[in-house]
Amino acid sequence: MIPNDTPITPALVAEHGLKPDEYQRILDLIGREPTLTELGIFSAMWNEHCSYKSSRVHLRGLPTAGPQVIQGPGENAGVVDIGDGLAVVFKMESHNHPSYIEPYQGAATGVGGILRDVFTMGARPIACLNALSFGAPSHAKTRHLVAGVVAGIGGYGNSFGVPTVGGSVRFHPRYDGNCLVNAMAVGIAKKDEIFYAAASGVGMPIVYLGSKTGRDGIHGATMASAEFGEDSEEKRPTVQVGDPFSEKLLLEACLEIMAKGCVIAIQDMGAAGLTSSSTEMGAKGELGVMLDLDKVPCREEGMTAYEMMLSESQERMLMVLKPEKEEEAEAIFRKWGLDFAVVGETTDTKRFIVRHQGDIMVDLPITELGTEAPVYHRPFVFTERPASVDATKIQAPIGIAEALEKLIATPDMCSKRWVWEQYDYVIGGNTVQRPGGDAAVVRVEDGPKGLALTTDVTPRYCEADPFEGGKQAVAECWRNLTAVGATPLAITDNLNFGNPERPEIMGQFVGCIRGIAEACEALDFPVVSGNVSLYNETKVAGEEFGRAILPTPSIGGVGLLADFRKSATLAFKAEGEAILLVGETTGWLGQSMYLREVCGREEGAPPPVDLTEERENGDFVRALIADGTATAVHDLSDGGLLVAVAEMAVAGGMGAVLGDAPQDIPAHAHWFGEDQARYVVTVKADQADAVLARARDASVLVSRVGSTGGEMLALPGEMPLAVDTLRARFEGWLPAYMAGEL
Amino acid sequence: MATMKAAVLVFPGINRERDMARTLRLVSGQAPAMVWHTETALPAGTDLVVIPGGFSYGDYLRCGAIAARSPIMDAVRQFAAGGGLVLGVCNGFQILCESGLLPGVLMRNENLRFICRDVYLRVERSDTPFTRGYNAGQVVKVPVAHGEGNYIADGETIARLEGEGRVIFRYAAPDGMIDPNWNHNGAINAIAGIVSDKGNVLGMMPHPENHVEDVIGVTDGRGLFAGLAEALESAA
Repeated sequence: MIPNDTPITPALVAEHGLKPDEYQRILDLIGREPTLTELGIFSAMWNEHCSYKSSRVHLRGLPTAGPQVIQGPGENAGVVDIGDGLAVVFKMESHNHPSYIEPYQGAATGVGGILRDVFTMGARPIACLNALSFGAPSHAKTRHLVAGVVAGIGGYGNSFGVPTVGGSVRFHPRYDGNCLVNAMAVGIAKKDEIFYAAASGVGMPIVYLGSKTGRDGIHGATMASAEFGEDSEEKRPTVQVGDPFSEKLLLEACLEIMAKGCVIAIQDMGAAGLTSSSTEMGAKGELGVMLDLDKVPCREEGMTAYEMMLSESQERMLMVLKPEKEEEAEAIFRKWGLDFAVVGETTDTKRFIVRHQGDIMVDLPITELGTEAPVYHRPFVFTERPASVDATKIQAPIGIAEALEKLIATPDMCSKRWVWEQYDYVIGGNTVQRPGGDAAVVRVEDGPKGLALTTDVTPRYCEADPFEGGKQAVAECWRNLTAVGATPLAITDNLNFGNPERPEIMGQFVGCIRGIAEACEALDFPVVSGNVSLYNETKVAGEEFGRAILPTPSIGGVGLLADFRKSATLAFKAEGEAILLVGETTGWLGQSMYLREVCGREEGAPPPVDLTEERENGDFVRALIADGTATAVHDLSDGGLLVAVAEMAVAGGMGAVLGDAPQDIPAHAHWFGEDQARYVVTVKADQADAVLARARDASVLVSRVGSTGGEMLALPGEMPLAVDTLRARFEGWLPAYMAGEL
Repeated sequence: MATMKAAVLVFPGINRERDMARTLRLVSGQAPAMVWHTETALPAGTDLVVIPGGFSYGDYLRCGAIAARSPIMDAVRQFAAGGGLVLGVCNGFQILCESGLLPGVLMRNENLRFICRDVYLRVERSDTPFTRGYNAGQVVKVPVAHGEGNYIADGETIARLEGEGRVIFRYAAPDGMIDPNWNHNGAINAIAGIVSDKGNVLGMMPHPENHVEDVIGVTDGRGLFAGLAEALESAA
């Protein structure tokens, strides 16, 4: 055991991930050498993961307000009003580094952490989603990571008992050394019964609840604030182990004592465990905190103050209870078989004091621990915008039908059924639209309201042009919610980037944020919660800089349906209906899936997003859904028009006959271009003219591109494709790959 | 149909008790009693015990093994011995097997993965209180969500179950044919649900309680609960 009065050497400081100038900041702040435990606490609070020191100045540019917003960023999760006295509580968070080291537990505890963030606020979780990015399918680790991460997400969510209703999965060699696991949780709470972290009152008991504290996950947040070297395997002990059973008990116990009015303040123990939760409660309440570690329930004997303060053992909570309700709360926790211990109290000193075995191990100013964390204005250079690709100069190497067959069987565009069938998406009995559509739809309690949920981002667009890519991620999220008929409410953002100490990475970050901000502003779609994950890169022997991931700002969106029964799905419904294309098609092939997967070229500028057009087109489509005119709706994204139509055909088990491409656009660009702000909508044939007239009145571009019907997808000048063949191609790739057949 | 007095058992880690309670309320008009595992008696007048799905005790030991030894299970054994109706779904089926109320065990799915999807069940008999809402041979679509639903028992037990007509549901193709491609978990003889020798205890892996509302989608699960309500009413 290392004693608390261990001399603090530069090597020890460096091991704690603190730079020399950051250590000087500590000395200046407290006016003496810190104890070992204090050094550990600074390390935990001032790392990138907890302090947002590189990102904070830029995050301020995001719009976070709106009439619907009850709580924006800064609490455990965002809170948005959905009427009827109810609020939706949601957040997305990354667990990238742990998932790469130990995929099952890394992903599982990612789900556990985000669920706690939501129920800490008094909400019962009603849905989970995720956004996963893996390396190239051919990379030696990819199959292992996919299998482990998916099993871990399912293993936790299924046992906890929340439906996992949606998400996204992508593959790219840039994630070879760093996979991304972004988990989102959504809950419902009574609008006037939201719980916050700020403590109030002096001398109030601080109560520890949940599982016991062990030696797992010590310095997990510090690990997540550094790039991977060749020793990442050795970091396995910093990954926590999840216990969804305990979390389910913790959920029920917490909701029960909240309902009984026992709770003044509550904070879950996530990153940096006891340290982060207790200082946050004190600092937010402008109070001091005294902790007595002799009272902390421990799983192992002989734990030091240092270990207890930095443990990231899962399924733990810290609360300030109303003293007169302490007994009642304890009885509820005992009923659920959970630990309950008074471990400290609030004070009026604004100091953070930790006692252990009679000694004071920590004595720090509580407010400054947070506010004096370093803030960096890191240098950045913007990505140079690539030249646009001229579609007329791109040779089509294969025919349109063949290209379609190829595209829908690519790793990024194929069906992810193999993944989502390992998640219980049915539990709760409220899943109206299951995985596989544009957005999941979940009924709110007994209805008629419903929530639409989705996660989106197109990293290749962000890489080519961070600003347009950031805009596009938000716009696509908004579009997916619209495509099921929902009114988009707000987003949570999970910003995954490389090493911020590199100006070009910082430039990607700043560019994406500015794009996100512009789109959120234009679409009245504020950011209410989020998470930043930097240092997603891996050192490669012989190279000066690590290899960074594609910039991946995952956007988790929530939309509201006044009546869930009126949500639209993408499946073709009936023979002989008119297929309409909403939005302008210019044939944009730059950064398209067609260019990458069929032509083998990752180049050009991504499609620009016209946010005015986005809004007008979306409002038009939402109105068609609301009045029952639209029979099927699908947003256009990866793969453009023809892929969207093929997905609608496969989902409906029904073919279509499509008309000619316009003269002024090359056929491949017409069918596979990725112009934004577009939807495919089907309407009854006899209503098509009326819809076209409505569109003209609204100045929205709508054209008829074909009719539904038959068992084939028929394209002009091409051999028709059987829908069954398309389905086999669409469904085939992932199971075959995971079985090791590819 | 005001006579159903259902008791839904709640063990730590059970997570479909709310789904089950809602379905019982929707179909019978009566909210069930929620009975905590430490209770030693069922509420007076209970005429149906339901053990819902979930992960009792995290399924950290064998699925259902710890719950099967809970205080309330003695009361359930007594209730069943007296001919009372007991329905166990998913983890509830596993608990019934572990508690000796039904024979056999549920092993990990053949592909070793958790599977959530709609499956087709062939209803083998309609002359039980659980299936009187269906016709024999009818095919119903209900969801499964489990990692350990692969039913197995020794040869003699299987022969007796089959011989006595105690296999009530089998995984089948949409047309009702038994086909290994439609038996997602590899259960022997495609067994999805069985009854006890007296026919009053049913264990099944699929979740009929999640397919009862037309606004959510399929309603094929409704027949089981509507039939039970009828059976209880006619018995009352």
